[in-house]
Amino acid sequence: MDPLMPPPIRRISLEQAPTVVPEPAASNGNGHAAAATRSAASAAAIERMRCDQVTIAYGQKVAVNRVELPIRQGEVLALIGPSGCGKTTLLRSLNRLTELTPSAARGGRISLDGEDVDTLEVTELRRRVSMVFQQPNPFPMTVFDNVAYALRDGASRRPRKPALAEPVEHALRRAGLWDEVKDNLDHPALRLSGGQQQRLCIARALAAQPEVLLMDEPCSALDPVSTTTIEQLILELREQIAVVIVTHNLQQAQRVADHVAFMYLGELVEYGPSEQIFHAPQAQRTRDYVHGAFG
Amino acid sequence: MHASAELAGPSRRTRPRDSAASWPLADRIGLGLCWAAGVTLTLLATAIVLYMGVKGISQLHLSYLFQHPTADVDQSKSGGFLDPIEGTLLLTAIGTAIAVPIGTGVALWLVEYGRPAPLARTVESAVEIIAGAPSIVIAVFGLVVFSQPAFAFLSFRATGADAAFGRSFVIAGAAMSLLALPLVVGAVREALLQVPNHLREASLALGKTVGATIRRVLLPAVRPGIATGTALGMGRIIGDTAIVILLLGNTLGTESADGGLPGFRLLRGTGSTLTSYIYGNSPAGEGGAPEKAYAAAFVLLALVIALNVLATRLARGNLSALTGGAAWTR
Amino acid sequence: MSGWRIPERAELGLGALAVALLALIVGMLAFVLVQAWPSFAHNGLAWFGSGGNANTQLNDIYQSPADPHHYQYHLRAWPLLYGTALSTGLAVLLGLPFALLCALFTVEFAPPGIARVMGPTVRLLAAVPSVIYGLIGILVLAPWINDHLVSAKFKLDVKPVVPIGGGGLLLASIVLAVMIVPIMIAIISDALRSIPRSWLEGSAALGVNRWRTMWRISVRAARPAIAAAVVFATARALGEAIMLAMVSGSFIFAPNPLDGLNFFLEPIQPLAATIVAGSEGFSAKPFAQTLYAFAAVLLVSSALLSLAAWAARQPMRRMGLR
Repeated sequence: MDPLMPPPIRRISLEQAPTVVPEPAASNGNGHAAAATRSAASAAAIERMRCDQVTIAYGQKVAVNRVELPIRQGEVLALIGPSGCGKTTLLRSLNRLTELTPSAARGGRISLDGEDVDTLEVTELRRRVSMVFQQPNPFPMTVFDNVAYALRDGASRRPRKPALAEPVEHALRRAGLWDEVKDNLDHPALRLSGGQQQRLCIARALAAQPEVLLMDEPCSALDPVSTTTIEQLILELREQIAVVIVTHNLQQAQRVADHVAFMYLGELVEYGPSEQIFHAPQAQRTRDYVHGAFG
Repeated sequence: MHASAELAGPSRRTRPRDSAASWPLADRIGLGLCWAAGVTLTLLATAIVLYMGVKGISQLHLSYLFQHPTADVDQSKSGGFLDPIEGTLLLTAIGTAIAVPIGTGVALWLVEYGRPAPLARTVESAVEIIAGAPSIVIAVFGLVVFSQPAFAFLSFRATGADAAFGRSFVIAGAAMSLLALPLVVGAVREALLQVPNHLREASLALGKTVGATIRRVLLPAVRPGIATGTALGMGRIIGDTAIVILLLGNTLGTESADGGLPGFRLLRGTGSTLTSYIYGNSPAGEGGAPEKAYAAAFVLLALVIALNVLATRLARGNLSALTGGAAWTR
Repeated sequence: MSGWRIPERAELGLGALAVALLALIVGMLAFVLVQAWPSFAHNGLAWFGSGGNANTQLNDIYQSPADPHHYQYHLRAWPLLYGTALSTGLAVLLGLPFALLCALFTVEFAPPGIARVMGPTVRLLAAVPSVIYGLIGILVLAPWINDHLVSAKFKLDVKPVVPIGGGGLLLASIVLAVMIVPIMIAIISDALRSIPRSWLEGSAALGVNRWRTMWRISVRAARPAIAAAVVFATARALGEAIMLAMVSGSFIFAPNPLDGLNFFLEPIQPLAATIVAGSEGFSAKPFAQTLYAFAAVLLVSSALLSLAAWAARQPMRRMGLR
């Protein structure tokens, strides 16, 4: 993967994807140096999704007000802000999950590869823009069935099991779970540990080879070891996928994010590269939040 | 924050949320079948109610409610169904009078005491068995038991036989109480389990015994539950036919037995109810009077529906009364 | 309330009441079984077998001479059992898919206005007394079947053996299916509603449409509830006496599957309906004991079904759902 050559826009085959080996003891001690290598990658990032003047309201209450954001492949975008600032609502609108709430209304334009997401079939949109939730929610099925779920039921013709074995293995490798479950693919998914379940959910989301991966505080319910493992995964995944992560944890945002968007009460207060937000924020409110004046 | 003027909402949507137009054929067929099933069910219920309503009203004369039936082949002279109505009311009264106190008592014991545990579980299982037993089996129970000569005082002894007749209002009413009993126990139990524990603790902390707590605190709190159970039980009793046919002696009119105290004579007598009257007038019984059957069926259906609506209202009132009442104490 | 306390007066009083009820129920069970014993004893296991015409057998039992030593008990109850099983089985076969689709409709696919109507509709159907179902069956549906589905030739051909009218297996199964559908809808929709929302959201977020989501996740997770619904519906169908007495043809007969479509028009008389039909005959002792035997079979079956329902609920409890 030549970092200076932008990857082609259409889906990339995953045969060359390296197997992720989680290093539980890894720690990014030098935040600055790590940030430097990350920004080099993001210079070549191509834009996958864009939010234009996006406004979301539940009934009369406005949750997100006129947000403009690019979402690029090759980088991780972190949405940070205090509780209730609208970051989760914005995330959920990217794959039109806000439509599950009857009172939700949306203005502005969200586009995926230039197409307005409203003009796409919502099921196709969600296959291209996948989501991982805060609480791991594996289905009451075997590990294999969980990962194969989107492949089986996203298409109109159900593929047979032998045809699914390869994509399932790929997805589990990308999620860093293959070595732990390869002998137990037929065990119930609910028997895995919390960290394993969340990685299973990531594998499940990756199985249909999405272009964008949305993550809603994926580590907040997990122990520190699992958290580190998943953060490693995110750094590996961003090469092929645009990753948007909502997080409460400022240190986590510093560790994984290339660009950061700080939101407050539904407004996008500041957007920029992560070392700008964390070390040289331009807005006073950003400075206050990052320095812990409010949470 | 006010809603921005540029908020367009759903009108901008060019593909509505997960519309079935995009689904594979098999899924669309499935959705179609769901719709077909739901619509069929609604049409079925409407058809039954409308048909019984129309047929019933066309055949029902208000005088029927007040005339005694006579066994006359000529329908214009065979009277109304006052006696069956009497029978229905009497049986319901007896059945609930027995079932409600006993059912409430058993529910109280199960929830508030319930010791020793194996005994409680056995009692619960027994109530479950009765709940699941078909009414025809309960009717047979009653017949087997009350045919014994020892129980002749409850009906009458056929001359020359060594068995009691085994059929009377009081016997049928007792059997009906078994129908209503599990419903009362269930409803009161639900209500008791919803009473917050701090009410019980407060009463006990004041030095009251559990018995007094039951009397002063719990019984008033579960009154809606008792009412729900009673309404449900009454609905079941009114709608039942098998027990009536086996245990009420199947005489068209209400006939008291001979001898003994006046009130008790009626209880030991035989008669009919709306349900047995309908059965008797249909081709399955003596037949010949479908018009009367429709009229009686209309009255029966109206009664049962009214009771069910009442029971649903009471059950819903249950919930809000308990949570609303307890809210201020938090 | 743990630990042993000296029971207070109220506890003893209410406890005695509960025990008395228990004793009553157990006593009645035992009593019926004892009274039913002679019928089983005289026939042995062949009681459950087939042989001869059950209608005439029952008639002979009823006509038994008064001398106890000459009581007639001979009975081969297979046609009754077969008729019961057939009508129950067909009713569940018809009713279950219908109930499942209705439950899915009510919980997920119906627009809000229609969904609100479904609840009361189901409760209404459950509340209608069985004698009214029987009335509609015998006065409306049976004549229709007689006029439109029964060929005169068939009726004439089998007249010496069996009377054909509108009532029979088909009518019994259909009306029975309508009667058991409300219970099944109630149990299944309860289970569908208690599926965790996180699973449904997760499935939607993966791009799976609503139908597939309901089918592959909700219905699959609700399988124990579906099993419980079938058990309850079967229990209800077994015990239905009055409606079946009116619409099943009132002739004890084991329909012959080799008759093709006419199989469905042949009459049956399930166990419970036979007890009702024989209700006038309780004064004849051996006849009464035979009817008690039918009740005993029904009782044991419904007790076994109660046990099965309890077992069917366990997997759901293990999964943490209701």
